[in-house]
Amino acid sequence: MVATTATPIPTPTLSAFTWIEIFIRQLAVQASWNYELLLGTGIGFCLEPALRSLPGGREGEAYRAAMARQSAYFNAHPYLTAVAVGSLARAELERAPAGQIERFRTALCGPLGSVGDRLVWAGWLPFCSLIALAAYGLGAGPVAVLLIFLGLYNVGHIGLRVWGLRVGWKHGMRVAAALANPVLRHGPNYIARAAALLAGIALPLALDRIIEPGRALLGGVLLAAVGGAVLLTQLHGRVEGWRIALGVLAASALYSVVAR
Amino acid sequence: MTPAEILTIALLGAITGLDVVSFPQAMISRPIVAATIAGLVLGEPQGGLLVGAVLELIALETLPVGASRYPEWGSASIVGGALYALHPNHGAGGITTAVLAALATAWVGGWTMYMIRRFNGVIARRWIPTLGLGSGRAVIAIQTAGLAADFARGGLLTLVAMLMFDPLARAMVGLWSIDARMSRAIVVAAAAAVAAGAVWKLFHNTPGARWFFGGGLAVGLLMVLAW
Repeated sequence: MVATTATPIPTPTLSAFTWIEIFIRQLAVQASWNYELLLGTGIGFCLEPALRSLPGGREGEAYRAAMARQSAYFNAHPYLTAVAVGSLARAELERAPAGQIERFRTALCGPLGSVGDRLVWAGWLPFCSLIALAAYGLGAGPVAVLLIFLGLYNVGHIGLRVWGLRVGWKHGMRVAAALANPVLRHGPNYIARAAALLAGIALPLALDRIIEPGRALLGGVLLAAVGGAVLLTQLHGRVEGWRIALGVLAASALYSVVAR
Repeated sequence: MTPAEILTIALLGAITGLDVVSFPQAMISRPIVAATIAGLVLGEPQGGLLVGAVLELIALETLPVGASRYPEWGSASIVGGALYALHPNHGAGGITTAVLAALATAWVGGWTMYMIRRFNGVIARRWIPTLGLGSGRAVIAIQTAGLAADFARGGLLTLVAMLMFDPLARAMVGLWSIDARMSRAIVVAAAAAVAAGAVWKLFHNTPGARWFFGGGLAVGLLMVLAW
């Protein structure tokens, strides 16, 4: 009897050029965002340079099967799709079974969406905005404010994408453990507290600088602001604040022009 | 407004509009960045920064989460910053009209983003059989079409908004009757109310956040009084 053994697949490697291409494509992962596939095509777009390494290259059956799998429906926070791209690239190049890859891909959507939304959209972005507003309130000029905001925000943004690709590639389909990283688990709460502290400092400073010629009216402005904020919180998101601001400014403009 | 200025502003609107979702989401589309850049390009960086700071306070409440529909601040902030920068002496109503035009553009911009997503859906549906066959070229074509459409959307939105709001703002500033102090105070009160509401919305569920906010507020008010 002759025993048959499967040829072991060596640990895959990708060239530096391929990683750069994947990273740049990562920045456009949402380019074709739509209500049918959401980020699906974007994931296929990011993985495509890696999948060229599959046997047969671009014209091979393995490449086509992987591209078809990876261009289906997908949803996650755009920055954290890097984790998915890294781990899915590894899984595809290690020739994991198709069904297993598809189940893993589906399972990634939820955690990568909720963690990213809390960490970035509700944490890091407002934190950086408030830093920029505080800098403005303290008298920083236009270029300084731009550099502070863009520099700080993109350290987190680019760092998160690079970390995601690295950790995804390193762990492949065992990436779940990496998602228990303390930064992802506790980071949103720490950032939220820091941002709350910063909001308290930044808002009066920024308002004081913006109101400059009307400083004598600052007391009234603060009362109106507090009243407006209480009203907005009582509305519990039924009306967005920017719509109310639009209405108030339109009414004041109309009054100012008509009452002349 | 010269043709060169308006084309430059439209190009900036296209770039910042693209940044909101499609590429690269580096937040050059945030109001405090986009409006300041518009001011810098038109030789009035302080004015751009002023409008950007007001719009940033209002934009604090917007969470650009996935499928939700929200104002498009990138192109809108270019419009606001440019309108303020283009009127050299600003007038009493300068800030109000610039912020008002930016808010209206952001509103329409949100709708155009929704239309782009539907357009992307149409393109994707057309290519689904080819995607199912694993065509890398189809994926690249869909992504490229999405990028191009979004770039055109931002540029066109900015162009139309500037052509509409520039003469309107000039006319309104000419007829403005509320004095400059009161005009500025109304803008600041509206922005501050939205920002304070946004801070509550963002952080009220975080344990201890209200104490951090209270402590920060005390420090901030002391700094204002001390200066």
